[in-house]
Amino acid sequence: MSDPQVTRRQLLAGAGMAAGGLVVGFALGRVLNGAAPPATVAGAATPAASAAATGSATAAATAIPAVVATGTPPASQIDAWLSIGRDGGVTVYSGKVELGTGIETALSQVVAEELDLAVGRVAMIMGDTTETPNQGYTAGSLTLQSTVPILRNAAAATRQILMGLASSYLGVPAAQLTLKDGVVTGGGKQVGYGQLVGGGGLYQEIPAHVPVKDYHTYTVVGTPVPRVDIPGKMTGTFTYMQDVKVAGMLHGRVVRPAGVGATLKTIDPTSVGSLPGLVKVVRLGNFVGVVAQEEWQAIQAAQTLQVTWNLVHALPAEADLYKDLTSEKTVDKVEVNDGDVDAALKAAAKTLSATYTWPYQAHASIGPSCAIADVGKKAATVWSSTQGVYPLRDALAGLIGLPPDGVRVIYVEGAGCYGHNGFDDVAADAALLSQAVGKPVRVQWMRGDEFIWEPKGPAMQHQLRGAVSASGAVAAWDFQSWTPTHSTRPSGMPGNLLAGQLIVPPAPPAKNGFVGGDRNAPVNYTFSPRRVTIHWLPSSPLRPSALRSLGGAANTFANESFMDELAAAAGADPIAFRLRHLHDARAAAVIQAVAKLAGWQSRPSPAPGKPGQGRGIAFTRYENTLAYVATVAEVAVDTSTGAIRLLHVYVAHDCGQVVNPDGLRNQIEGNAIQSASRAVKEQVTFNRDQVTSVDWATYPILTFLEVPQVDVVLLDHPDQPVWGAGEIATEPTAAAIANAVFDATGARVRSVPLTADRVKAAL
Amino acid sequence: MALSLKVNGKTVAPEVDPTTPLLYVLRDSLGLKGPRFGCGLGQCGACTVLLDGQATRSCQVPVGTIQGHAVTTLEGLGTPESPHPLQQAFIDAQAAQCGYCSNGMIMTAKAFLDKNPHPSEAQVRQALAGNLCRCGTHMRIMKAVLGAASGQGASA
Ligand code: FES
Ligand code: FES
Repeated sequence: MSDPQVTRRQLLAGAGMAAGGLVVGFALGRVLNGAAPPATVAGAATPAASAAATGSATAAATAIPAVVATGTPPASQIDAWLSIGRDGGVTVYSGKVELGTGIETALSQVVAEELDLAVGRVAMIMGDTTETPNQGYTAGSLTLQSTVPILRNAAAATRQILMGLASSYLGVPAAQLTLKDGVVTGGGKQVGYGQLVGGGGLYQEIPAHVPVKDYHTYTVVGTPVPRVDIPGKMTGTFTYMQDVKVAGMLHGRVVRPAGVGATLKTIDPTSVGSLPGLVKVVRLGNFVGVVAQEEWQAIQAAQTLQVTWNLVHALPAEADLYKDLTSEKTVDKVEVNDGDVDAALKAAAKTLSATYTWPYQAHASIGPSCAIADVGKKAATVWSSTQGVYPLRDALAGLIGLPPDGVRVIYVEGAGCYGHNGFDDVAADAALLSQAVGKPVRVQWMRGDEFIWEPKGPAMQHQLRGAVSASGAVAAWDFQSWTPTHSTRPSGMPGNLLAGQLIVPPAPPAKNGFVGGDRNAPVNYTFSPRRVTIHWLPSSPLRPSALRSLGGAANTFANESFMDELAAAAGADPIAFRLRHLHDARAAAVIQAVAKLAGWQSRPSPAPGKPGQGRGIAFTRYENTLAYVATVAEVAVDTSTGAIRLLHVYVAHDCGQVVNPDGLRNQIEGNAIQSASRAVKEQVTFNRDQVTSVDWATYPILTFLEVPQVDVVLLDHPDQPVWGAGEIATEPTAAAIANAVFDATGARVRSVPLTADRVKAAL
Repeated sequence: MALSLKVNGKTVAPEVDPTTPLLYVLRDSLGLKGPRFGCGLGQCGACTVLLDGQATRSCQVPVGTIQGHAVTTLEGLGTPESPHPLQQAFIDAQAAQCGYCSNGMIMTAKAFLDKNPHPSEAQVRQALAGNLCRCGTHMRIMKAVLGAASGQGASA
């Protein structure tokens, strides 16, 4: 691959000079494709192709240019974020990527609104190190909240430019111009956006203050625009990462160690020597893989290859997990300490103490991780479903010994990931195998690879102590948690990739620090004195990383279960008890809204009469400063077996300005069901060597027979900033269910998952 | 060895080992994208196709065993421009997030509705009990299937 180092900006500048300055936009892909198509990709997976595919999400076969970036335009410039093509259509360059949560549509709505265009005229290029700004990871529910203001300003600035150019072109004062459907009209004349923005009009700084539309005039933002990707997904024309094909591509599979930390003892390549289609057995230290012509051949070769491993029994006995957490040496951080908690606990009329546990859980994506790498001597192109194309690019560059500028990472949407699953690791597998054979290699993990080797949402433990006063108010609150970091993302370091840990010598890991375990550890209630202490664990038996809401799920389970225990100790209705300690109108509003939706009857728990049926509430505010959510769960408990039936989950949600109400509801419903599944069923099991949750039988999730009815009420604040909603509704569900079980039975279950055995033991 | 299959109404003769699961033949040899690899174990339903009208997990069927039989994939139902009523019902209900499970949901529901045009909600839940969705779009999927059923009822 000796392609010239072409960047979008250089190309645009060149086009500007040659053609009198017409900004290209989508035409760019065609120009580059014509110049240098080293890899033909069947399907619609290229960003350029998906850019062409708005509306129906389909596109013809196309080629991906393997150009190498020397940099995208500075993020302060309009053209870093959007361009307008000859046809007047807008192309948006987003470093944030579509993870199946509908942000592509929502971001298109924001741009369409400011530019008075149909949503279908806005195309999106998402996550490509040669095309899009470096926005780090698509994570933490931050996409809309961080990207909407930027895109809104960039589009509004573009609108101003279009008005200025149209005014001089048409000889009509700007005040008399109107914009509609890509055309500026005034004084009986008109001109298209595509004609106007020649001359590099968008290579301008986004002004600090640019007039944006008054939300009262919105016609696109705030409406349930149908998702642009869904028709293609429902008809088999959408191209997922798993569908991408590159010309000359071979298929690889990795043969993983038989246990965590195990080293390769023996390998017998002759055991697969006679298999048809086998290209190569690759061994790099403890990284073992096979490459074959066909996918099924690679799968059979990986199953047949004779390897033995030295096991090191690196994992603790599962039964000792929580004992081990609290006996480890930790790095302690006191996050809140606003009074003498110990004295208050001693002096209080009534004190409570409780221990909560949360297990390792899997992302459990329905589609195992997949990537394609084409690694040459000087340059590499990698197609991946990573949440961060730039951090992965840098980590892969280190792994295969190329400069970061020599590696292009192109995002292609995969199955939903819900955090950091195997997608970065599989890209590293593909890169090493491609480098070994000098051809493009596709790797898709098998179901067992995914369950065993994806990073897990880590196990946590909590110790809460609290007191209620004679008047029934919280008089002291003491929170302690034990947690490892919740992020081991690539961060540019090859040692954070599974393959990087298996090669010899292992690649250096990144120092990611302690991330995410403290999310929503403090509560938003106003009582004091309070103390919140995080005991950070420097290591974790199973590799931990980000799973939806990170520590927020376990912390909210502990906090909101304990609030319920205090409410019961005070003999108070759980909602009244919470409202008594909240002095924030929007917090109170979501709680009141969910109470209304669920038909909540005010009374203390547990319920009198109707044994076996109960309801519970939980509330949280994302990261203590962002979106508000309150959840009510209704359950039925079979008191002879302890089995829980989830009847209904109600969610009230306030994330500021709502861009797409139906997309938002979809996201909230999904969070509610997935988090309910995590609450009642999910736990990664392991023996002394290896994860033993290897498939859907050993890691069951909620099925259609078990999912509750979900109802959602949105509290829209069109005058307020947009807050993300990617994962917040995950946080309260487990506590709402545990509180409902208490309401139904008087039994308090303090460990997730709330299995029948645990409920029965607590009865 | 060349096999003869009928896929979405066309006769095809892929050159593959007859023990290869149908799923890989459809995806890799025939370039279809509807049927998806989810587990390869018959547990999730993502790979579902219609085999002579029956919802069948293509990851579990060696291609050599279905010589001459008719296979219908998601692509065989309809297109984005002209979707099958059931596909349209999924689009109308916006019954997907990532959509990776949708193929299995639609193909399983298709075979089910063909036999039970007027199901209750409980019957739909039962029919889809073996199809997993991790994004949690179950409510919308049921709405889509029930919506398609009532639509079919009206036109039948
Ligand atoms: S892939 Fe066939 S059932 Fe899961
Ligand atoms: S929509 Fe993602 S798995 Fe069902």
